[in-house]
Amino acid sequence: MNFKHLLAAGAAVAFSASVAQAGTLDDVKAKGYIDCGVTTGLAGFASPDDQGNWAGFDVDFCRAMAAAVLGDASKVKYTPTTGKTRFTALASGEVDVLARNTTWTFSRDTDLGFEFVGVNYYDGQGFMVKKDLGVKSALELDGASVCIQTGTTTELNLADYFRANNMSFTPIVIEDNAEARQNYESGACDVYTTDRSGLAATRVVLSDPDAHVVLPEIVSKEPLGPLVRHGDNQWGDIARWTLNALITAEELGVTQGNIGEMASSNNPEIRRLVGAEGDLGAMIGLDAEWAMRAVAAGGNYSEIYERNIGPNTPLQLARGVNALWTQGGILYSPPFR
Amino acid sequence: MAVEAENANFSLSSLWYDKRNRAIVLQIITVSIFVWFVYQIVNNAVTNMENQGLNPGFGFMSQIAGFNPTSPEFNLTSFDVNSSTHGDVFVLGIVNTLLISFVGVILATIVGFVVGVLRLSNNLLIKLLATTYIEVMRNIPLLLHIFIWYFGVVLFLPQLMGALPEGGRGVTGINFLGLDMIFMSNRGINFPSPVLEAGWQVILIAFIAAIAGIVFLSKWAKKRQDETGQIFPVLWASLGLIIGLPILAYFIAGQPVSWDIPQATRFNLKGGASMPGHMMGLLMALVVYTGAFIAENVRSGIQSVSHGQTEAAFALGIRPNVTMRKIIIPQAMRVIIPPMTSQYLNLTKNSSLAVAIGYPDLVNIFTGVSLNQTGNAVEIIALTMLVYLTISLTISIFMNWYNKRVALVER
Ligand SMILES: N[C@@H](CCC(=O)N[C@@H](CS)C(=O)NCC(=O)O)C(=O)O
Repeated sequence: MNFKHLLAAGAAVAFSASVAQAGTLDDVKAKGYIDCGVTTGLAGFASPDDQGNWAGFDVDFCRAMAAAVLGDASKVKYTPTTGKTRFTALASGEVDVLARNTTWTFSRDTDLGFEFVGVNYYDGQGFMVKKDLGVKSALELDGASVCIQTGTTTELNLADYFRANNMSFTPIVIEDNAEARQNYESGACDVYTTDRSGLAATRVVLSDPDAHVVLPEIVSKEPLGPLVRHGDNQWGDIARWTLNALITAEELGVTQGNIGEMASSNNPEIRRLVGAEGDLGAMIGLDAEWAMRAVAAGGNYSEIYERNIGPNTPLQLARGVNALWTQGGILYSPPFR
Repeated sequence: MAVEAENANFSLSSLWYDKRNRAIVLQIITVSIFVWFVYQIVNNAVTNMENQGLNPGFGFMSQIAGFNPTSPEFNLTSFDVNSSTHGDVFVLGIVNTLLISFVGVILATIVGFVVGVLRLSNNLLIKLLATTYIEVMRNIPLLLHIFIWYFGVVLFLPQLMGALPEGGRGVTGINFLGLDMIFMSNRGINFPSPVLEAGWQVILIAFIAAIAGIVFLSKWAKKRQDETGQIFPVLWASLGLIIGLPILAYFIAGQPVSWDIPQATRFNLKGGASMPGHMMGLLMALVVYTGAFIAENVRSGIQSVSHGQTEAAFALGIRPNVTMRKIIIPQAMRVIIPPMTSQYLNLTKNSSLAVAIGYPDLVNIFTGVSLNQTGNAVEIIALTMLVYLTISLTISIFMNWYNKRVALVER
């Protein structure tokens, strides 16, 4: 090894890292798949089956994006992340997009350098306890041992809630949902707290779901949604409008089943959505039929919801505030024009 | 004339062709490249962080942390969610790391010495047991040890509170000796903690006096043995001093210490102190694992002492266990100490696996949670590295000092 080599190697290391990170779309096209950060396993939201195929509410968003960008919903690499590792994974470029029931907060959006592209589930934090404790309200929980997942908003809300109500607690802090379950089931903690959707997902995999209740209190706002890094607006736009396409499709009655015929629809917004009119796709660097493929991949928002977490799934989550604004909820997509 | 000639000879080429000059030039080049390299990395990180809109700096250390890393009964730095900052999280993390490392090192040393000596026992069964322990334990990855001890042992202890056989709910954990003082459950061990009242310093003074007494006693006993050959039972006398004197002081000073005894509430035991379940699990794992390695060091150390020493001792009529304690082990120490240092360093660094079961050590709460909440990755990782470096260097320095003390004194 002589000096020239050393110098060259040093220079390569030092400078290769400083290449700007724009152009995620080109990177994704070049490598042929989207790297999507998901949970380590949360029934209904993102969990692998025994063959290792991922399925769930968040997974379907990744699939819709892959369909829009690459034309194939299966071109996704799923990277399991914990509450703690997810942000480093996204910031470092290990994943291209994070769809991991992540709460949109001020500091994550600004200080951590991320861009939330919308909300795909409006949630709030709740508490689950064993029925035989006889607890009726979260205000009775003074002195309890509480299982929480580390690196989450849950951790902060919990401290806030107990502070505000002058109560104390013993935190049992764990890395992922599977460990939380073990601690909770063995009685190492009295309470499990997280987003209520997460509680529903955890409850169904407990050995006796009926022995546990979710308390009525909702102690926080948890708008969950996908996010990307700051600094690549085009990629952020693609993610944002893929989500909006799914919501708009529901609003317009466009489904996985009928989207093939929609090019001949005479509703102008449907025509713009499926690319029969205008060139919305070109504005975000994609072809005309991107949104059509996104919806065809797993259906519109409602279809994705009903299949993974809706009333007919084990999770039994009613649409509630997550219904369209036209149906009493707050789900609302800006117009496609 | 000669001087002039030398000056004339000094040309640029001599920087390279003169051997001594070349060495210096090469070193300067190497250092420059290194400095340049470090500068590039730091500069690159700072630029990229700025591009991403992140602002480097240590301002976050004085922001309120807003999360609760530990329970009221296991809170060595009086962390308070209402006011404590990320800086306090840092301090709590360091204290917890030091605690688990310190206790771990002591227990692992005891386990290691006992097993290491037993491995050389003449009793086949004991020897076999010790060998099996060593071979099994050190071949299981540490993370697995931690999982086994926590999820497989600690969590299977009785629940702290539950339905009582006579009806109603109450404490179902193990109540030691039925005293209602010390309880063990899958949440850990709860025990009374002392509350110091006016005048407690007397006890501290008695304790210090006891230590001074022991030092004096052992010097005196050694001198007496050197002169008269009589052996004084220093160990028992010391034990008596260190326990007896403070107790005596406690009563003389009018019992200035009271006890905060754990009381059952609806969910938990309130009051007193606790060693949480995750600490039990982590400690067991670290001790059992590192103990196996230390046992091997001890065995090889003992075997390095020539057998002639034992034979000579026996020929003098010295009993086997005294031979071991007074003749073999002191000589074996020379061989045992250096690898022991690296085991202590390992244990300390391995304690950062705490994160797997939620023990609130530095890596878990500071490098984990604080980093996640503030996003100041580079600063936090740098601080953490600095802490581990400091702890490791301190251990090394101490062990090197100790090694010099036990090394063969050439006469
Ligand atoms: N929404 C909260 C919490 C998100 C979270 O971590 N939820 C847990 C429980 S619902 C989860 O998804 N766990 C899955 C896993 O362990 O990978 C946040 O963004 O901080």
